Amino acid sequence: MADFIQQLVEGLGAGAIYASLALALVLIYRFTGIVNFAQGEMAMFATFIAWQLVQAGVPFWLALGATLAIAFGGGMLIERVVIRPVEGAPELALVIVTLGLFILVNAAAGWIWSFLIKDFPSPFPGGALDAGGVHLSYSTLGVLGVVAVVMGLLYILFRYTKIGLAMRAVASNPASARLLGIRVSGVLALGWGLAALVGAVSGVLVAPVLFLEPTMMGGVLIYAFAAATLGGFDSPVGAVVGGLVVGIAETLAGAYVGVIGSDLKIGVPLAVIIGVLLFRPQGLFGRAAVERA
Amino acid sequence: MRTRTIRLAAVTAAALVAASACGGRGEDGATTAGDGTCQGQQTTGITDDAVKLGGIYPLSGPTSAYGEIPKGVKAYFDYLNAEKGGVNGRKIEYIVRDDGYQPPKSVEEARRLNEQDNVFALFQTLGTPTSSAVMEYANQRQVPQVFVSSGASKWGADPVKHPWTIGWQPSYLSEGRIYGQYLERERPSAKVAILYQNDDYGKDLRTGFVEEIAGSGVTVVAEQTYEATDPSVDPQMRNLAGSGADVFLNITTPKFGSQALAADAANTAWNPLHIINNVASSNTVLKPVGFDKVQNIVSAAFLKDPSDPQWADDPEMALYEAKMAQYAPGLDTKNAFYSLGWASAGAMEKALAAMQCPTREGLMAAVRGLSDVRSDLLLPGVTMNTGPQDGYPIETLQLQRFQGERWNLFGEPIDTRKAG
Repeated sequence: MADFIQQLVEGLGAGAIYASLALALVLIYRFTGIVNFAQGEMAMFATFIAWQLVQAGVPFWLALGATLAIAFGGGMLIERVVIRPVEGAPELALVIVTLGLFILVNAAAGWIWSFLIKDFPSPFPGGALDAGGVHLSYSTLGVLGVVAVVMGLLYILFRYTKIGLAMRAVASNPASARLLGIRVSGVLALGWGLAALVGAVSGVLVAPVLFLEPTMMGGVLIYAFAAATLGGFDSPVGAVVGGLVVGIAETLAGAYVGVIGSDLKIGVPLAVIIGVLLFRPQGLFGRAAVERA
Repeated sequence: MRTRTIRLAAVTAAALVAASACGGRGEDGATTAGDGTCQGQQTTGITDDAVKLGGIYPLSGPTSAYGEIPKGVKAYFDYLNAEKGGVNGRKIEYIVRDDGYQPPKSVEEARRLNEQDNVFALFQTLGTPTSSAVMEYANQRQVPQVFVSSGASKWGADPVKHPWTIGWQPSYLSEGRIYGQYLERERPSAKVAILYQNDDYGKDLRTGFVEEIAGSGVTVVAEQTYEATDPSVDPQMRNLAGSGADVFLNITTPKFGSQALAADAANTAWNPLHIINNVASSNTVLKPVGFDKVQNIVSAAFLKDPSDPQWADDPEMALYEAKMAQYAPGLDTKNAFYSLGWASAGAMEKALAAMQCPTREGLMAAVRGLSDVRSDLLLPGVTMNTGPQDGYPIETLQLQRFQGERWNLFGEPIDTRKAG
């Protein structure tokens, strides 16, 4: 039994990592209506900036604050320079642009910092909580806590603020939103900035566990997409629940289902994506898009 | 229209006649030797005073860390050309190409090197999937693919089917055998947990280990694999920790090696003897984890490590340090990729010097006829040995233990051919 609970805890730990990046995906989708394939790479790049600052002797928390600010500015800049020229283009064009961004950011990080792995300081204490043979590390607890806080903030942003309302208007119908006096480009830039910031939080959370190098977020991104699809691409609560479910399903399937083992673990999130798209395309917590005929 | 077709045919025919009339000069600008025992053998890329070699490495992309290796090779050849007049009077021209670790590009670069640059031999190609792709081309076109930089066992496995390809470093199979022998000797009733990458490399090393311990008291109690695309090996480490094994065999590439070392250190309830494979044993893997967390882990080596102070007064190491500073200034000579390039270039010099015929056939005969040949920076007791049926130049390794901030060799060098 203790072993089973331990596996659950491992699954939660992995799931929290996926959820943290899924939140950034959800955020940018809510703001702009597109899925950003470069989200993970932008998070990785921001984490490298934090690492560089820490290397230069800046205290961790100050470096973190500076990184979040840089990520926010960098996200807005990317929107202005890379995305604005193709604004209003078909979704496919936007997807291709974010894929290009993925490759560009990855190569740039490799060029600047090389592909050798770096250790990234953990913001949480190193020990673990032991209860009844179950081993729950403080870093897992810390990641879960931060993810919960970010989720709460996003929920409030979406649900109770004017900006949340404006961005929903922009995402659903940019032309009408503009006619209503909403600064569409400003809202889009804000969306990219915030998503980059949330992504940076995710990168800083996972780097101590995965070790920092340019391909760090590649694997995480697949699971984050599964999480966001499962939970619903427009729901922060859904992203977190989806992330945890994917993490637990993957870990338990790997540990207890003989045929799957660790060889086919990667198949679990893909099966989740396909299953959800077949039976509930809007995701567990998502709202189905309603269009006037 | 009709006249154009005819004219085209005429031009083509003329070109064909001209090509065949050149004598001794076939397709791709290949040339052959005209007299003596070497008659009819390929002399492409080699003259009395020069020999042209081509290497293919990932200079860009996620594995571009390996792109440092050719800088060590280049420094050695430059030193050889400037101070020793090359090999047997032949200056070495060394061309490096980038494949980004993508097999289709590797073949394309091999084709360019052979057909446009007319190299004498491919020295080296780096990586298992990339070199596998080149192997087919090289053997079709009878181009030597010498001292492949990869530990896969396939380079030496079938000299009849692939006579033009040969590896260099100890194969992953040999390395697996070494760890098996070590446990049989030191921990005869060891219970082993294995983590390995789910591909040719991981399976080769695991197979060597499992075959070695078959029938002994050493048993494998748990195995986990991971994919190179997995974000983390933490779940696998959790499953292995539950097995109660007292030895952990860590068959991983650098990033996952760091993760597994960190997971082992974090789990204070499980303290197995940690054996990490050579691929992930460099300081660039251990340092991010923290030297204090990787004390007394065991690995195997066949080269002198430039960051190891015990070689500070070693003449071979001193030469390496001095000539690197002269011919490749500004590089960190402690980086083991440079010393690896330097050492393999030294081995190539021995092979070129041993050629009876200055031909591609002569080179292959030389690399398949190495008997107790030493080259610079190999550990004492490690030599190169090959035969017509033995395509594995180096099969000797020595165990090492990490203490303080460096590896300490222990025991005798082990020749995996003899033992087991």
